[in-house]
Amino acid sequence: MPQNDLTTRSIPTSCRTPAKEADMNMHSMTIRGKDRYKSGVLEYKKMGYWEPDYEPKDTDIIALFRVTPQDGVDPIEASAAVAGESSTATWTVVWTDRLTAAEKYRAKCYRVDPVPNAPGQYFAYIAYDLDLFEPGSIANLSASIIGNVFGFKPLKALRLEDMRLPVAYVKTFQGPATGIVVERERMDKFGRPLLGATVKPKLGLSGRNYGRVVYEALKGGLDFTKDDENINSQPFMHWRERFLYCMEAVNKAQAASGEIKGTYLNVTAGTMEDMYERAEFAKELGSVIIMIDLVIGYTAIQSMAKWARRNDMILHLHRAGHSTYTRQRSHGVSFRVIAKWMRLAGVDHIHAGTVVGKLEGDPATTRGYYDICREDYNPTRLEHGVFFDQHWASLNKMMPVASGGIHAGQMHQLLDHLGEDVVLQFGGGTIGHPMGIQAGATANRVALEAMILARNEGRDYVHEGPEILAKAAATCTPLKAALEVWKDVTFNYESTDMPDYVPTASVAM
Amino acid sequence: MRITQGCFSFLPDLTDEQITRQVQYCLGKGWAVNIEFTDDPHPRNNFWEMWGLPMFDLPDAAGVLMELNECRKVYGDRYIRMSAYDSTHGWESLRLSFIVNRPKDEPGFRLERHEVAGRNIRYTTTSYAADRPEGRRYG
Repeated sequence: MPQNDLTTRSIPTSCRTPAKEADMNMHSMTIRGKDRYKSGVLEYKKMGYWEPDYEPKDTDIIALFRVTPQDGVDPIEASAAVAGESSTATWTVVWTDRLTAAEKYRAKCYRVDPVPNAPGQYFAYIAYDLDLFEPGSIANLSASIIGNVFGFKPLKALRLEDMRLPVAYVKTFQGPATGIVVERERMDKFGRPLLGATVKPKLGLSGRNYGRVVYEALKGGLDFTKDDENINSQPFMHWRERFLYCMEAVNKAQAASGEIKGTYLNVTAGTMEDMYERAEFAKELGSVIIMIDLVIGYTAIQSMAKWARRNDMILHLHRAGHSTYTRQRSHGVSFRVIAKWMRLAGVDHIHAGTVVGKLEGDPATTRGYYDICREDYNPTRLEHGVFFDQHWASLNKMMPVASGGIHAGQMHQLLDHLGEDVVLQFGGGTIGHPMGIQAGATANRVALEAMILARNEGRDYVHEGPEILAKAAATCTPLKAALEVWKDVTFNYESTDMPDYVPTASVAM
Repeated sequence: MRITQGCFSFLPDLTDEQITRQVQYCLGKGWAVNIEFTDDPHPRNNFWEMWGLPMFDLPDAAGVLMELNECRKVYGDRYIRMSAYDSTHGWESLRLSFIVNRPKDEPGFRLERHEVAGRNIRYTTTSYAADRPEGRRYG
């Protein structure tokens, strides 16, 4: 019986490194005793940062780096250098190491594998002792792991691919302020993805005009509307204007539909004091949700997460800026790491890709991100880019948000790829509707409910999707118009970031 | 107006056959289905009256439909919803909820505006039907 199996198609290390050196690399080369601390320069792999026999402890934090050494640099030495420079090492031997429990504090690279189908790249597994990190601080974690090593000269490129966060460490974080379960209870919405839209144009609307878009979209059937990442407090609309008009819109739409509605009021500002002031005002006005941008920084995010927990507020995170370091496969930080950090940091919503929309997102990689957001336990799934078993120790679940270039005609695909616990945000797909914003919202809501109904009835909704939508459109003119306008819109481009391991069919034993 | 709480309010009212299929989906997942009714559909009225207890260990949706029809006989002039509870660790909450009965006429809600300092307005939503005593609000 055929089943999926993982093929690494790995190239033996011996093909890349002279045989003698490769053989030596199989063993620890750590110099011990007095000689280890003789003044001068020592290879990192001899300083104790390469320990191939080391078995990571359950309490260790493990980082997986994709290392691309400069030509002629031994990959083991390069990987040991990453371990060294992200923990205790400096370029030369220092005697002050001897005043510490240095062996414990040294990060240990314990495994280096060639990356399949990527000559010159290596996966380096590095274990860090728990005591190297301050509890409950993403700033400290990231300063250690990515603070120093990414500009290291012997490397052409370096990417942090994944991390294993031990339960002992996870438990030092608050986690999502609200979580999926409580968000659904507060919003009184169960059994279907939530629907949202980002107000467009993202710049230039006055507060009054902006509130109009919010009202139309919510009354038409959306659960949420959203400020865009760069809507803060500009000359055309200061933040208090926006908040006041938006909350009028939310309350009017609630009364008109009998449903709970929300609008993500972006409190991003230049200082923490300004952000707290805006968040307090949002609370005073009765908003159920506020939002922040990733660019405010990890510490600010954690502060806002604590504020949100104290004030019964859902906290939406817009991942503004992440593509500058997540998109390229050879250098930067994978978004799956950012997603893990943000779950620890405590946001409730995070943009995590659409697969079918206009922004980067290979289906398998995106699936990995969604699992990290929503599951209590992530088993290793190399085919989704998930390299470690990760226990979340009942930390709240984060709601992924799919936004950017999606429309009602893709509803079956969205439900198939992204599942039920997700916010589907149709910005252009709501506001650009030929019959108006309310009609756009209604089209999306009808398409979604029809698809959920069909799925629950056991229909093959992925293949019958277009039929299901056409049937729903027969009694819903706005949906009919939406399907007509956007019928040919797809974004088929090659992904720049995808898993290195692919499932291949093989015969089971 | 039409109150659009629940999972399927934007679709035409579900037939009993459609309701049965949704209930069967819930039972297949191991969720317990509960019937609740109210004559105060305020969006923040979480606790509708329970028609008995959630139906645990039920294999067949027909039993739920029977209960629904009993409930309709008594409270057919009110809102009735089906809710499915998942006791799995990490959820322990509702997984599906949808309206299966509505009053003939849905008067909707009044939005009261109370003007306070700094252009701020306090909003209160009240159900027109709730102006009358419980049990005498519809029909």
